Amino acid sequence: MEIAQRKKFDFTKLQVILRNYGIILAFSLLFLILAFSSPAFLTYRNLHNIIDQSAEVGIVACAMTLAIISGNFDLSVGAIFAFSGCIAAIIAAKGYVGFALLAGIVSGLILGIMNGLIITKFRANSFIVTLATGYIIRGLAMILTGGRLIIVNDPVFSILGQSSFLGIKIPIFILIIWISITWILLGRTTFGRAVYAIGGNPEAARLSGINVDRTKIIIFGINGISAALAGLITVSRISQGQADIGSLVDLQAISRVVIGGTSIAGGEGTIWRTVFGVLLMRLMTNGFNILNVSPFYQRVLGACKTMLP
Amino acid sequence: MNKKQFLRLESINKRFGGVHALKDVSLTVEEGTVHALVGENGAGKSTLGKIIAGVYQPDSGKIYVDNCCVKYHSPREALADGIALISQEIALVPQLTVIENIFLGIENNHRGLIRNKEIRKRYYELIERTELSIPPDIPVYCLRIAEQKKVEILRAIARNARLIIMDEPTAILSADEAQKLFALIRKLKSSGTTFIYVSHFLEEILSLADNVTVMRDGQCVKTSPVEKESRETLIEAMLGRYVSLGFPEKIYPEPDAPVALSVEKLSREGIFYDISFQIRKGEILGLAGLVGSGRTEIARCIFGADPKTEGNIKVFNKIVNPTSPKEAINAGIALLPESRKLQGLILKLPVIYNISLPHLRKVASGPFIKLRDEHNRVKELLSTLNVKPLDPWIEARALSGGNQQKVLFAKWLFEKPKILIADEPTAGVDVGAKHAIYQLIHSLAREGIAILLISSDLEELIGLSHRIITINRGRITGEFSGSDLAEDKIMHAIFSTAS
Repeated sequence: MEIAQRKKFDFTKLQVILRNYGIILAFSLLFLILAFSSPAFLTYRNLHNIIDQSAEVGIVACAMTLAIISGNFDLSVGAIFAFSGCIAAIIAAKGYVGFALLAGIVSGLILGIMNGLIITKFRANSFIVTLATGYIIRGLAMILTGGRLIIVNDPVFSILGQSSFLGIKIPIFILIIWISITWILLGRTTFGRAVYAIGGNPEAARLSGINVDRTKIIIFGINGISAALAGLITVSRISQGQADIGSLVDLQAISRVVIGGTSIAGGEGTIWRTVFGVLLMRLMTNGFNILNVSPFYQRVLGACKTMLP
Repeated sequence: MNKKQFLRLESINKRFGGVHALKDVSLTVEEGTVHALVGENGAGKSTLGKIIAGVYQPDSGKIYVDNCCVKYHSPREALADGIALISQEIALVPQLTVIENIFLGIENNHRGLIRNKEIRKRYYELIERTELSIPPDIPVYCLRIAEQKKVEILRAIARNARLIIMDEPTAILSADEAQKLFALIRKLKSSGTTFIYVSHFLEEILSLADNVTVMRDGQCVKTSPVEKESRETLIEAMLGRYVSLGFPEKIYPEPDAPVALSVEKLSREGIFYDISFQIRKGEILGLAGLVGSGRTEIARCIFGADPKTEGNIKVFNKIVNPTSPKEAINAGIALLPESRKLQGLILKLPVIYNISLPHLRKVASGPFIKLRDEHNRVKELLSTLNVKPLDPWIEARALSGGNQQKVLFAKWLFEKPKILIADEPTAGVDVGAKHAIYQLIHSLAREGIAILLISSDLEELIGLSHRIITINRGRITGEFSGSDLAEDKIMHAIFSTAS
């Protein structure tokens, strides 16, 4: 009797651990499987590539984590990604590279804050608002570029996406810095607490003196910046601005956040979960390529993973 | 004595993970009686109710209904045998109307189509039978909590329930609404319906129930006819020790103590009008009134959570007129809201996040929280208030009602307020915690905090307050102090309208 009781207790504990740290377990398992099944996997070049290719989605997903914890979605990040990229490309093509990067980031910030203002002032649902503004912003990007590719020949512009420092690609540095910023914001600041609070119970948060509207506007501003940053990296990588890039970034970011174990009900979640979510998905794609899985199956399997808790 | 037994439980056991929630519980409930279950929070009353209603399945033991051994796998199966559970939390679909909620799932549809006329007819029959009147076509979320409870009762009766299990039905009702509920229960009982009635309120049980079972730590301590019990014997059985239920002795503030809060001609169009009162430093002012009288709205307005149309709010003679809770907090006002689950706590978050939320700046330098300072301060508060378990990182939802309420107090003591408004601070907490909260309110007043206390429990209000004002339909109808603090006088003022 005594023993049976012990066993049962341990089992529930195990369940809790699995639920909380399952993402680390899944990541480690996949990592080990790939390491043992292919010699090409565990090479500096391959691992470096995996992280480099995760940069854009990773950056957007970190900011999306804030939105989701606060009980919101930002479906316009894909469009801001393209819009800011195009703005930067147009200005850079005229030769003002520094100003181009600044304009890209600021445009993302402004669009994000606009989202936040619409959502808070009209008490509207963020899902619907950002779905709509996403279409508008992408439309604006089309108008801006006239539907053409904006080629940037300036080699300085391509530093952001293509150069390396100490043998590590610049996007990786940006990713790491952005992860750190969002991590500290969420875990160590009064703003981060407000994010959790308004996601957990907006009324209780308000009655605790939290400025719910201002917190939301800042969250969408941060999402705008992250989308712009990721857009700039991509435009710099391919040396051209294009209005239809990043069309999947929003949904990819959301799926990475969710796979990490952050609840879409709000009030719960962390940045490290999202980081593992991003890496796990990239690892799967990479592993499928190494193991020669057909891209069609890859899509199906990738989608299945999103549904797992 | 020769009544037919309706329900019999034999050595029911139930575990949740490592917690042994019910240990060898055996119980017999006779048909057409009200059988009360009492005990502290966590004693297993609610779990037992849920097992009878098929929400949980027992790990071992047998349940007999009408002398047949049954095994319910879902509440639906229990309902088919006429067993309905009305739980503590409201379980209605907020967007649907009253009538839709009542007949949800039993619409008697005709080839998949709902016959509205017939349902309406059944609804009016039901209203006639129970004498509960609720307009049928309002969405449930527009109703006050007390009215929603009535809808739940109607829903159970519409399903021809023979046994209705009520878990803390009056915790969120005002006194007169509770009386109506009791009348309804008596009426249904006389027509043969059986009740299992879970409650903290011993007076209720003593006047309403036929039999009472006391539970402690998952076990049935005793079952006896209610005539043989008194308040004292029940409490002793619940706690396993003797506890005085007396209120702490009142210590009045100095007559020349400065006025901490002054409310002048405060009005909110359509809700309350011309409310004026003052609270001195260290004084406890009771606000008595029915649910819906405007008492909660007055509190929210003072706290800046709702707008006002007219009037002034002064803190130590300085006009503050807060337009948001944030401004009120900065002015030194704190509010323990009416519903700790909906407005007070963020249940998903750890206790520490809940407690430090209003005053994070006190433990932050710039935007950065000093985590160690925060942790130490929270831990200190938890141990002062004797919150169990003493773990700042446990999620608020894992605590019992009494401990959740203590966490709410801790939240507002993180930075000591000048004025504390407590709206129903003891709703749904057990006897032991209630006593601790009384002591706490008393000692906070002694430390010089001005307290505005709102409660539906008149005995509690009289026992703690130095002075009481009564509200009816949004207007002050009386003020009582000293020897005038008597239940009948105040009750009279609560029901009278302002001249």
